[in-house]
Amino acid sequence: MNSTLTTTRTWRKKPVVESARMRWFLGIGVALYLSTAIGSMEVNWSRVYEGLDRGWAFVIAFTSPDFAGRWSDIRSGLIESLVMTVTSTAIGILLSVPIGLGAARNIAPRPVYLLCRGIIAVSRALQEIIVAILMVAIFGFGPFAGVVTLSFATIGFLAKLLAEDIEDSSKDQLEAIRATGASWSQLMNYGIQPQVMPRLIGLSMYRLDINFRESTVLGLVGAGGIGATLNTSFDRYEFDTAAAIIITIIVLVMIAEYTSGLIRTRLQ
Amino acid sequence: MLRLEGLTKQYKTGDLALKNVDLEVPKGQVLALIGPSGAGKSTLIRCINRLVEPTSGKVYLVDEELTSLGVGALRRARRKMGMIFQEYALVERLSVMENVLSGRLGYVGFWSSYFRKFPKDTIDEAFRLLDRVGLSDMVDKRADELSGGQRQRVGIARALIQDPEILLVDEPTASLDPKTSRQIMRLICELCEERQLAAIINIHDVALAQLFVQRIIGLQLGAVVYDGPPTGLTSDVLTEIYGAEDWEATIRKVEDEDEEVIESREEHMAGLT
Repeated sequence: MNSTLTTTRTWRKKPVVESARMRWFLGIGVALYLSTAIGSMEVNWSRVYEGLDRGWAFVIAFTSPDFAGRWSDIRSGLIESLVMTVTSTAIGILLSVPIGLGAARNIAPRPVYLLCRGIIAVSRALQEIIVAILMVAIFGFGPFAGVVTLSFATIGFLAKLLAEDIEDSSKDQLEAIRATGASWSQLMNYGIQPQVMPRLIGLSMYRLDINFRESTVLGLVGAGGIGATLNTSFDRYEFDTAAAIIITIIVLVMIAEYTSGLIRTRLQ
Repeated sequence: MLRLEGLTKQYKTGDLALKNVDLEVPKGQVLALIGPSGAGKSTLIRCINRLVEPTSGKVYLVDEELTSLGVGALRRARRKMGMIFQEYALVERLSVMENVLSGRLGYVGFWSSYFRKFPKDTIDEAFRLLDRVGLSDMVDKRADELSGGQRQRVGIARALIQDPEILLVDEPTASLDPKTSRQIMRLICELCEERQLAAIINIHDVALAQLFVQRIIGLQLGAVVYDGPPTGLTSDVLTEIYGAEDWEATIRKVEDEDEEVIESREEHMAGLT
């Protein structure tokens, strides 16, 4: 080999930002931004010091959670949460399927597409807590407001992902069904449904899981469920009861996570 | 039986995919449509059953004009046109039987198709067809469990159960190995003869087309540049359709015996890929 030739050739990966001046500008800009951002945060350190005790008391409570003291409250809160979860997921799925079909570019006419995408956008733009506050204002305190909130939130999640899955479905298979003279509803049943069903079921299980977690928070704004019980125990400084509730929630979420994962892998 | 008059398709991008194509296909005639990629072969057959809407021109099937049909009438007309696809286009998660029966969707109402309750004679016909294409053991297999050749056989059964007047066949062998390609082409041509079906077969493989069909249409940039018997494909004609190339290997086969044809065709394909 000719060594002079091999040594003169070097290669380096091209930088993402080509101009060296721009790279320096970006680097200094980021550093400057971070330092001012951190500098602008106001932390009252004496307040933190006082608060540490309270925080510690809460942490300590986890070593002696009190399930028994308020058991009937916890139980009814949990049942309410579970009922909310299942109901809202079921309603959410029923609403999401037609909206998801309408929001799929490849099968819906343009006006329907825009309407359904609009519904999805509104649902996704509004965070659950905000919707819940609105629903509590309309329907009053209690689990009904929570069910409406979660059903609405489910649409934004499920209909969007379903629509995207439909848009990704094989064009050939749809064309083949269309070529037989099938109607639109038959096209959905023979062309779309077999392609998206496993994912729809998987997403529904995942949403069931999410809705349970959300239902535990909605109680904080008065929309029923275990969150209401949790809120009450905080108000009463009953940290041991609160710890018991949180532990129960964690266990239930883990069970839900595990079972939905199990079902999703079975489907593949 | 099928007649195209001045069929033209211009895509939104401005590309003129078909230029004023006139074509008449008599009952029972199997013709091959050859031409380079982008010549408009797929567009042509899709304009017939209006999976692609033609820009202008007319399509007559028997005596019905298809381009002006409304939604319902178009669906009824599509029942008379069976389609076979390049990548088989089976619904992968449905069983072989469901895929075959989907060919009858135009004949049954939504609920009977939803509950898979097809009339008895349809089921009988489905079994007969699966038997004919050699898949009687595969009835309840899922379509994605089958090999390429088997899938295309299901595709053929699906097209035939429609009881069509004509088959629109889009590159039936492009995804298959040379031997299976030949079997599938033979099956399609035999079935057309049995049922006196007309067929338009888009195909890249000139030699394979020459073996099986009675008439060849050469399409170039959306216009018909050759229409005649397979033997008329001379070097000059192929150059006109595809552009300059050494065509000797392709043409020689026309005079040769079957087995040799396949061998040299494989060489030819190996040369191309």
